[in-house]
Amino acid sequence: MESIETFIATNRFGLGPAPGEAERVASDPRGWIHNQIDRRPKTPKALSGFRDSDDIIVDIFDNRDDAPARKKNIRRALRQDYVDELIARARHMISTPKPFAERMVMFWSNHFTVSSTKGIITPAIPAYEREAIRPNIFGKFEDMLIDVVRHPVMLTYLDNQLSVGPNSIAGMRRKFRTGTPTLMNENLAREVLELHTLGVKGGYVQDDVVALAKALTGWSHGAILAGLDNDRLHGKFDFKKYMHEPNSKRVLGKRYRDSGKKTGVKILKDLARHPSTARHIATKLVRHFVADDPPLEVVYDIASIYLDNKGDLKEVSKALIDHPAVWAEPTPKVKSHYELMISAFRVLGMTDANPVNFVEPLREFGQVPFSAPSPAGWPDQASKWIAPESLMRRVEWLRKFAGMTPGGIRPDKFLDDVIGPVAGDDTRLWASRAPSTDVALGLILACPEFQRR
Amino acid sequence: MMDRRKLIKSTAAALLATGMMPKIAFANVPTNKRFVLMFLRGGLDGLHAMPPFADPNYKRLRPNIVVENPIKLGGYFGLHPSLRPLMPLYRQNQLLFIPASSTDYRQRSHFDGQNFLENGSGRPYGALDGWLNRAIVSLNGGDQRLGLAIGQQVPLILQGSGNIQTWSETRLPELSDDFLQRLSHIYKDDEIFAKAFADAQNREGPNLSMRPGMGPIRGQDLTRSAKVVADLLSRRDGPRIAVLESQGWDTHFDQDRRLNGLLAGVADAITTLRSDMRSVWTDTVVLVVSEFGRTAAQNGNKGTDHGTGGLAMLAGGAIKGGRITGYWPGLKRSALYEGRDLRAVNSYEGIFKSILIGHLGLIDTVIADQILPGNRTEPMPGLLV
Repeated sequence: MESIETFIATNRFGLGPAPGEAERVASDPRGWIHNQIDRRPKTPKALSGFRDSDDIIVDIFDNRDDAPARKKNIRRALRQDYVDELIARARHMISTPKPFAERMVMFWSNHFTVSSTKGIITPAIPAYEREAIRPNIFGKFEDMLIDVVRHPVMLTYLDNQLSVGPNSIAGMRRKFRTGTPTLMNENLAREVLELHTLGVKGGYVQDDVVALAKALTGWSHGAILAGLDNDRLHGKFDFKKYMHEPNSKRVLGKRYRDSGKKTGVKILKDLARHPSTARHIATKLVRHFVADDPPLEVVYDIASIYLDNKGDLKEVSKALIDHPAVWAEPTPKVKSHYELMISAFRVLGMTDANPVNFVEPLREFGQVPFSAPSPAGWPDQASKWIAPESLMRRVEWLRKFAGMTPGGIRPDKFLDDVIGPVAGDDTRLWASRAPSTDVALGLILACPEFQRR
Repeated sequence: MMDRRKLIKSTAAALLATGMMPKIAFANVPTNKRFVLMFLRGGLDGLHAMPPFADPNYKRLRPNIVVENPIKLGGYFGLHPSLRPLMPLYRQNQLLFIPASSTDYRQRSHFDGQNFLENGSGRPYGALDGWLNRAIVSLNGGDQRLGLAIGQQVPLILQGSGNIQTWSETRLPELSDDFLQRLSHIYKDDEIFAKAFADAQNREGPNLSMRPGMGPIRGQDLTRSAKVVADLLSRRDGPRIAVLESQGWDTHFDQDRRLNGLLAGVADAITTLRSDMRSVWTDTVVLVVSEFGRTAAQNGNKGTDHGTGGLAMLAGGAIKGGRITGYWPGLKRSALYEGRDLRAVNSYEGIFKSILIGHLGLIDTVIADQILPGNRTEPMPGLLV
């Protein structure tokens, strides 16, 4: 690898230079990234054989009265739909010629986090990413937002599937029967405002949370059998009118006359185009591609592009690629544990990720995909990944991994291919003095230049 | 497996040569007091952990999630049955409850609420370091052995200029001294890597296998962590202040079932600390907190939504326990905060100050200037022996 720009393209935007990739990128690093932008990317072949969430959810919720059968279904789904797809996804990320698209999948999947901390829907989380995130990474933000919020996996993760409007048919009945006044669940509405759209300082108040929660009452899925109007079990979005709060809602000062499930869609669209959302999204993108502490002027530039193009993520992505701030520093960011592992496999051309060599270490790192501790997702700052204990964990794994690499790699060439333009003198010196090839490779993988991007 | 990472002297020497060794690595530990903060992330429902079973409003607000068979702590409050293992501590006056308590944070975001509790500036994101780290720095210029975080990351409350040990389990192979020494040269010019690396080398793991009569460590994470904390904090030159974290308290649905297990885990962790810390337990304060409480009423899914007033729980030989203290606003409609949450009439900051001053021996001007700057709450009286 010759130039710093090639390093930035293949690391900050890509997932580490796969063998031979640097040569292909070198003549036009920006063009290489631009060419990975598809308005509506197809599902990668590696992932196309997996079941969709409809089937998986039916499997999870079926056999209600037969506990052993249900348990068996869930166990099978965890293996076939969760672990197997997780591995296929990793292998795809390791070998794809479009790593920028995969980075954006991870970014948006993390923005719209669903986590296995909610056990019941775990098997369907990879399908959720494939259905709600992947097709939209270079589309309109509002389309992704709506696909995500309507998705049964998100509706279940943030507890909306049984949220009942107090004045809905179901709500009135329940009030009459049990006298309970509170029937809604605010969780999804609050996180949509705080995490997905406006951001915590985006200008909403508690009343807005409640109003959005009301608008989203009845947004549920077909495996929730409340027994009132629809008994056919299915795993798709299902609007349950009898649970929906009928009256008009006021969100951020605007009144929305109730029009059933369309009310929520209208509010989500307005939220997607709100200036606070533009700033929030731009801040996160700039943090991911420029610096842990996002420079305000760059955030402003990206937020403006977002607003001018009504949240068109293709235009926003292009603006990021072309922004000079991206190209100013060679290694301002530290890779997450997951990125570090993908890039190590990738630069060595080791495409055989499996439960033992890939998932086990991820468990040690505490970063198995789709297992973030909260709906805020994984952090995106160096201090969160490089603490004493976690750094040692990374180094231990990298050292071990270096011992598993195919023979015949020359450390000096490997160093030049992978971190050449940014390698420090000490890294070169101590790698060259290493007593064996795998110690040398271990040092190269463990050096800050490789752990950064 | 667990005590595998020992002090690596050759690397320490190499670091010393490059001028990176913290200067006071071997200073005497300045306090014999122990402080363990247990952070329940997600928003503990205090009304479920310590239900006011005799209050008619309690049953009115929560018809479907009433705690059955609470352990009576007098005629009004009861304790959740999962916390029964703590009753001996309560009877020995080593367990104290402060209901209707919270930080001064009054919004309902987990992330801001946790950040607020941890950074101690009185604003979410108002400081980049944590107040407990600033307390450690004030105790002894940041003796690196004072602070201990369990897990791979240091939580914000312990982040800052004072060095903090971290500990977590691993099955990855140990590195050779030779490899580490080479790496120390490669890391020396990268500030983040150099600091984390140096901190990692200058620490000893807990020696859990040496304890007579200790069986294999059980599955619950919090209990495992408590074992490690107890072992390290019991050592003569070990750390003195530790933070334990527990996830999963955001009970928007099916609260009763989920809290059964979670509260049992807390009880198990505290009793583990009690039994494993042995003689130093008399010098120990354990404080259990969460970023906020939850709505007074149940929501539509046998759960509760984000609220305000929560619960603080203190345990330890240095606690004047066996009672419930603080003010109680009640659950009447007019008493609820914004018509929905238990009002937070007792201040976490007051509890923190009481521990910082009365237990750790810090002076109030240092607290006002550096640790909880700008906070005017008085230390809560009468918490300590």
